[in-house]
Amino acid sequence: MTKRLCIHGLAIAGLLASVAVPASAADTITVASWGGTYQEAQTKAFFDPTAKELGITIKQDTTNGLDDVRLQVTGNAVKWDITELGADECARGSKEGLFEKLDYNVIDKTGINPKLVHDDWVGISYTSVVLIYRTDVFGDKGPKTWADFWDVQKFPGRRALSGSQATETLSVAALAKGIPIDKVYPVDIDGALQSVDKIKGHIDAWWTSGAQAMQLVKDGEVDMASIWNGRAGTLKKSGAPVSFSFDQGVLTADCMVIPKGSKNKDLAMKALAKFVSPDLQANLPLYVDNGPANEKAFETGKIPQDRIKDINSSPENVKKQVLQDPAFWRDTLVEATEKFNNLIQQ
Amino acid sequence: MSIVSASLDHAGKPDRAFNAEALDADARREARGMLALLSLGLFLVFAVIIVPIGWLFWLSLFDEGGQLSAANYARFFEQASYIKTFVTTFKVAFTVTGACVLLGYPLAYMLSQLPRRAASICLIFVILPFWTSVLVRTYAWLVILQRKGLVNTWLMDLGVISQPLPLANNFAGVVIGMTHIMLPFLVLPLYASMKTIDVDCLRAGMNLGASPAATFRQIFFPLSLPGLASGLVIVFVLCLGFFVTPALMGGGKVIMWAMRMEQTTSLYSNWGAGAALGVVLLAVTLALLGLFHWLLGTRATGVWSRR
Repeated sequence: MTKRLCIHGLAIAGLLASVAVPASAADTITVASWGGTYQEAQTKAFFDPTAKELGITIKQDTTNGLDDVRLQVTGNAVKWDITELGADECARGSKEGLFEKLDYNVIDKTGINPKLVHDDWVGISYTSVVLIYRTDVFGDKGPKTWADFWDVQKFPGRRALSGSQATETLSVAALAKGIPIDKVYPVDIDGALQSVDKIKGHIDAWWTSGAQAMQLVKDGEVDMASIWNGRAGTLKKSGAPVSFSFDQGVLTADCMVIPKGSKNKDLAMKALAKFVSPDLQANLPLYVDNGPANEKAFETGKIPQDRIKDINSSPENVKKQVLQDPAFWRDTLVEATEKFNNLIQQ
Repeated sequence: MSIVSASLDHAGKPDRAFNAEALDADARREARGMLALLSLGLFLVFAVIIVPIGWLFWLSLFDEGGQLSAANYARFFEQASYIKTFVTTFKVAFTVTGACVLLGYPLAYMLSQLPRRAASICLIFVILPFWTSVLVRTYAWLVILQRKGLVNTWLMDLGVISQPLPLANNFAGVVIGMTHIMLPFLVLPLYASMKTIDVDCLRAGMNLGASPAATFRQIFFPLSLPGLASGLVIVFVLCLGFFVTPALMGGGKVIMWAMRMEQTTSLYSNWGAGAALGVVLLAVTLALLGLFHWLLGTRATGVWSRR
């Protein structure tokens, strides 16, 4: 008899517990990013401090990009409250109506490039596409500009460019034609394609992932390549004989959004406000080479002076680079990518 | 006499009809019973094959604006890269299947002739790669085949070649990597069918004066064809949907259909764009299987039909 009572008691306790769980779930949000060392850095820079400050739990997941968001939103099964995307994906997803509107009374946009501040998405960090070359092949007289990269007489050697990121390869192809960095956008797509056509016979690999680009350079499969600065930095730190600079780099932004139908929209808004705040943005370069999207981060004094020169979005380095325009690619990506594929998949 | 036979006729006819009816009813009941036993399987086939494929086909009929249209299929003809990718896919699949046959047949033959114990040990080595991730094996091939990889370094050290051979990041690399992964799929069914060949048939041939080569050509080889055909079909069909190996070993220059699907799915906002690629691959694969079936009889599809 007492045993049965005891079981009843347990059942009631269990019932109470199960009622209690959803109440605390309101203080939990799920954030998705790209995984790997980048997301580990974000965890230390953004997620952990935000969770602590707001007294909430931030669960993490990884994303493959816009398809994942599209699948969740159109399938009415949104499991993320905030997710990271590439800026051109944000621009396209915005056009498709996949995101919740952001409240800039909660999120302070000061310090973020206006091109990355939109109704339903906001910039979070930067990656640069840079030219890397092997110093065991060229010494320090390697190709420094994209025009050099295109000059197969002066710089003979094996080459790799991105085959999966048409936007980035078309941007560097435009630079290779001698177009100054402030005139690259809006990209003359047909002109850039002609430029790709000139070099494509000399390309030994069209890489489709950051890891592949890194492997090609590391193993000496190619002597020069376009590569993301984070990967280039990792190579250099690991002692590979390589050199790269931010001259003529292509700055591409990453952004964050709240997928339409997020169950914790308001809390997500508060968390996102923290992520883009100068204080937390300044944490990011302490752990990873991707620069902060909020330039006020450089005024916090948190980033050591000798580190600033290695950060792609520092005011000095930004001047040397092209800022990729997400709005431009939102409207031209499909057509440009198909044309690009027709050209290189021959 | 006539009365007797007449009475027998009268009595027999209804009896026979009654029997036939009863037998028919019995047969029908049995058929229903059998169907009931199959129903779970049939339901599964319907739920996990027919419905999703139907849905895929349905999705492929809508454009980005959600309108019924043939835009997803028209794209194949408007953009040169699709046809090109499609041709590449089949070129790779045919080459890999051919390479698997050339390597796999002698291997399976050797295994079938070895004593049981030795054969089991050798079979472990055939199956072992199965347990290693495709990704790991592909990277291993990259390490072996690339310009500064093992093969090129050795050949250059030995003075056989002066320039590294282009073995990775191209068509050759994809074929080598995929052949390694696909080989067990050919060897296992082939070995199984070779083991069922009655040794007495071969002995009889030899007894009648045929040389070992003639015995092999006239008796063993024709009897091994069903196994070869089923292995061949499995390898070919699996090749058509390959992603990892061409993505890593092709250096972005060998784009296969599955890679194209991934690109298209992330490029277009409607699922139909990618779905159409799936539908086309499925249709062409089925057509090819039909062709195999027609050319090789039930042998090719023998894995599915009664032997």
